[in-house]
Amino acid sequence: MMHSKSIVELGTGLQTGEFSSVELTRHFLQRIERLDKDLNAFISTTPEQALAEAESADQAIKVGQAGPLTGIPIVQKDIFCTRGVKTSCGSKMLDNFISPYDATVVEKLKHAGVVSLGKANMDEFAMGSSNETSFYGPVHNPWDKGRVPGGSSGGSAAAVAARLAVAATGTDTGGSIRQPASFCGITGLKPTYGRISRFGMIAFASSLDQAGPMTRDAADAALMLQAMAGFDPKDSTCANQPVPVYSATLSDPLEGLKIGLPREYFGEGLDPAVAASVEAAIDHYKRLGAEVIDISLPNTGLAVPTYYVVAPAECSSNLSRFDGVRFGYRCQQPKDLEDLYKRSRGEGFGAEVKRRIMIGTYALSAGYYDAYYLKAQKTRHLISDDFKQAFETVDVIMGPTTPTPAFGLGEKVNDPVTMYLNDIYTIATNLAGLPGVSIPVEPVNGLPVGLQIIGNYFTEAKLLNVAHRFQQETEWHRLTPELESVASD
Amino acid sequence: MSLDHSDVKKIAHLARMALDESQVDAYAEDLSKILGLVEQLEAAETHAIEPMSHPLHMAQRLRVDEVTEKDCRDENQAIAPSVVNGLYLVPKVIE
Amino acid sequence: MQWETVIGLEVHTQLATKSKIFSGTSIAYGADPNTQACIIDLGFPGVLPVLNEAVVDMALIFGLAINAEIGPRSVFARKNYFYPDLPKGYQISQFELPIVGKGSLTIDLEDGSQKAIGITRAHLEEDAGKSLHEDFHGMSGIDLNRTGTPLLEIVSEPDMRSIKEAVSYARKIHQLVVYLGICDGNMQEGSFRVDANLSIRPFGQEAFGTRTELKNLNSFRFMERALNFELERQIDLLEGGRKVVQETRLYDPDRDETRSMRSKEEANDYRYFPDPDLLPVEINDQQLQRARQNMPELPDQKRQRFESDYSLSSADALMLIQSRHQADFFETVVSSGGDAKMAVNWVTVELTGALNKAGIALSQSPVTPEQVGGLLERIADNTISGKLAKQVFEAMWNGEGDADKVIEAKGLKQITDSGQIETIIDEIIANNPKQVEQFRAGKDKLLGFFVGQVMKQTQGKANPGQVNKILLGKLKG
Repeated sequence: MMHSKSIVELGTGLQTGEFSSVELTRHFLQRIERLDKDLNAFISTTPEQALAEAESADQAIKVGQAGPLTGIPIVQKDIFCTRGVKTSCGSKMLDNFISPYDATVVEKLKHAGVVSLGKANMDEFAMGSSNETSFYGPVHNPWDKGRVPGGSSGGSAAAVAARLAVAATGTDTGGSIRQPASFCGITGLKPTYGRISRFGMIAFASSLDQAGPMTRDAADAALMLQAMAGFDPKDSTCANQPVPVYSATLSDPLEGLKIGLPREYFGEGLDPAVAASVEAAIDHYKRLGAEVIDISLPNTGLAVPTYYVVAPAECSSNLSRFDGVRFGYRCQQPKDLEDLYKRSRGEGFGAEVKRRIMIGTYALSAGYYDAYYLKAQKTRHLISDDFKQAFETVDVIMGPTTPTPAFGLGEKVNDPVTMYLNDIYTIATNLAGLPGVSIPVEPVNGLPVGLQIIGNYFTEAKLLNVAHRFQQETEWHRLTPELESVASD
Repeated sequence: MSLDHSDVKKIAHLARMALDESQVDAYAEDLSKILGLVEQLEAAETHAIEPMSHPLHMAQRLRVDEVTEKDCRDENQAIAPSVVNGLYLVPKVIE
Repeated sequence: MQWETVIGLEVHTQLATKSKIFSGTSIAYGADPNTQACIIDLGFPGVLPVLNEAVVDMALIFGLAINAEIGPRSVFARKNYFYPDLPKGYQISQFELPIVGKGSLTIDLEDGSQKAIGITRAHLEEDAGKSLHEDFHGMSGIDLNRTGTPLLEIVSEPDMRSIKEAVSYARKIHQLVVYLGICDGNMQEGSFRVDANLSIRPFGQEAFGTRTELKNLNSFRFMERALNFELERQIDLLEGGRKVVQETRLYDPDRDETRSMRSKEEANDYRYFPDPDLLPVEINDQQLQRARQNMPELPDQKRQRFESDYSLSSADALMLIQSRHQADFFETVVSSGGDAKMAVNWVTVELTGALNKAGIALSQSPVTPEQVGGLLERIADNTISGKLAKQVFEAMWNGEGDADKVIEAKGLKQITDSGQIETIIDEIIANNPKQVEQFRAGKDKLLGFFVGQVMKQTQGKANPGQVNKILLGKLKG
């Protein structure tokens, strides 16, 4: 079955002529058609463009100019601007937005020869942890359709988990790649801040946002990251650092690897069953020769409150451009300029986006700046220093990606603070700008569980190596949800 | 810090967002809860700590002063809500 | 009551770059609406700013010129407010850590003394677009071409104590930025804009009065008139027992009055914070060194040098350095062969007169400084007379070529061959016996008649000195 194969396996099939990219693409388009009704992972599909890209990929393969991603069908999170294609960011505000340009990530992946099947559903403007804030409706977790897929890259995670796409792009501001990867049982990597260009990625919180790959395993993530990473002169915050060959070091031995276990990540609030799965995975690493060291990240408790100042503050300003003047939603018959602004924004944004814009506006406003914004910038420094200190003694940090497996649809959507606390283990790495990957470990009651591996700055190669060695010896990442009783293909 | 009805309306005005009158109290409650979470920061000792506005210690890169962009008005305005003679139209601006 | 005027100025200078401060769009003036507004300038979703290197260099040159504190770090911040000419809903500006810190500029006062005006800071920011209020069925049209044009905002201390001082300071800043080559100084096109803060207080009182901010002062003349109006208005208010309200007022040159800008009355809360899309600008010694090397001679230095190198009077030197362009023109005239004192006259009188008559700027002069220099050389070496030089100049103005070419083509070369002059004079003496007799009888004035005859015969080309000498010899002889 073509859809159950990894990028590496599909590459072999394409090279040997076992199937063409057009056949592969048709296969995925048909799966989306058949299965996405129940999942809602896609906001839009672009079959014509996909088949055209598949044809050129087949051409490239024929003349021997194919790379590892040539002809591989993927899905782009709808936060990435795609020229000539609706780029909604999960919002009514951009429901009519046809981007006149491609994001750098989109350009780079096109250059690598991928086939884009469409745009993945997401929380509105990436603000959410359950994909329930999308204007296009919630995404259903392929493992249990009554549960959330996580967010904000919920459509990307569900699409890869359900094998509606081989791989996906995601973005991660506070856990938006790793948490849905964990909930959907796939591999999701948030690289170091600045590793991948943010140009053309619609900004939520500029100092935290980072794009990354969402794939079935670490080897696929290495191939995707290879294509996505690198310096971009259009992004002032993009690092001018060499990009290593990520696949080259995947199988390096892990003898002597020092794994730090922060006691704060195994405390109160962690589901014991999740803890057991994570600990079992860590035991596996011990068998691979790693050394486990107890560490402390004492300011962990400050991460969520710090984030809910920094991210809303930045978003309140980033989202001011949506004013109904040059693009996007405009209210009907504004009676004056203020009415144009207020109703376009009031009608165009959903409740969670409004909440965050208001929190951010408040935190930056006269009289509150020092108490909220400046204070949060200082606590952000404390959080960052915790990691700095930890990485003086350990190579990687491990823990659960989330405190629980996927929760039920509607369970937390009316309680923002409870929802926010779900990101307690992922948020700190965004504040520090560090890379982190979530990989599937033993499920709990049929629901996926993720192990989070956090690395030092620009050590994505090491993270992928650590993840891959585990996946070489385990099968958790190969588990697929039952989506149809009839195995028609 | 607890926000009331009028606080929320002030903030929403500053952010130029119309809120349904019936929802203002619900927002006030949600925002107050979020601020309650945020206020945990008060306990942190940050006296000698430098604010951190950026994760990487990099300096701003500079672009060579060259004209690299061409006119894309037609394409950029194809998706504009209201345009006349190349100008974006808005309700009258009063100075 | 005797009132003391207190004025501080904010000057927005548009930096003379090729492209915008954060994008590669041209900043050329006068393009069709929105044809110089790329997706970055328009604030499209997902776009990001990258800082223009030339903007930093220009700010550093300015900082050095006013002896300001500079660096080592400078930060861009977002100033948040909603306005249709502001596409992102925030202006990228600087708040804490501006690129140029405290400095000062010395102005010349009318009584010949000097005064140092403190400059609080100068920061970089992006300009906004324009709202056009012609009626589009009750709508305004927005042109975003100007969006993202680089500005250096120069903020003074409230150090000026009269309207004259304020105008003098504004002119001096204007002269400086044009000299530095960082601004074209064109006030009509908005390249140099002044906002003024004015307040009054009783003489001897230390505390400042309530100030008003005046906008739209787009010429020095308007600035002076607006300040005068505002000063009178504030005096009237206070003497009438009323109060000055702190507000922004717009100057209306048609009515010669200032009026309150109601739309800006609502207290703004700009929510400044460091722009997360931009990193701190680090100013290193290398950049400062480069700025120092690129620093042109400043007006005051030039004035001193002109006085000593060209032995010019202080007044002549001051007149020449009013604009860098004129000073440069003058120096090229001199280096192309012109005598310095003659050059002053030709540049500031003849050429300036012709430019004014034609209504064009020095930069558009059809005559090059090299051509003027060549002309002056021919006067100095007696090839042509000073009188004919004006005719040559006119021909050069009309595009007939260099002085030598014009002299040749028109046959204007001076006759200095005394034999030839003598022959002509002999003939004239022979043909006018009556006048010769009268002259010899003591009617000295008739010398002019004979000179005139010679000039008529030679079409003005005879060397006047020689003509005089030979005539006198022959007539008296």
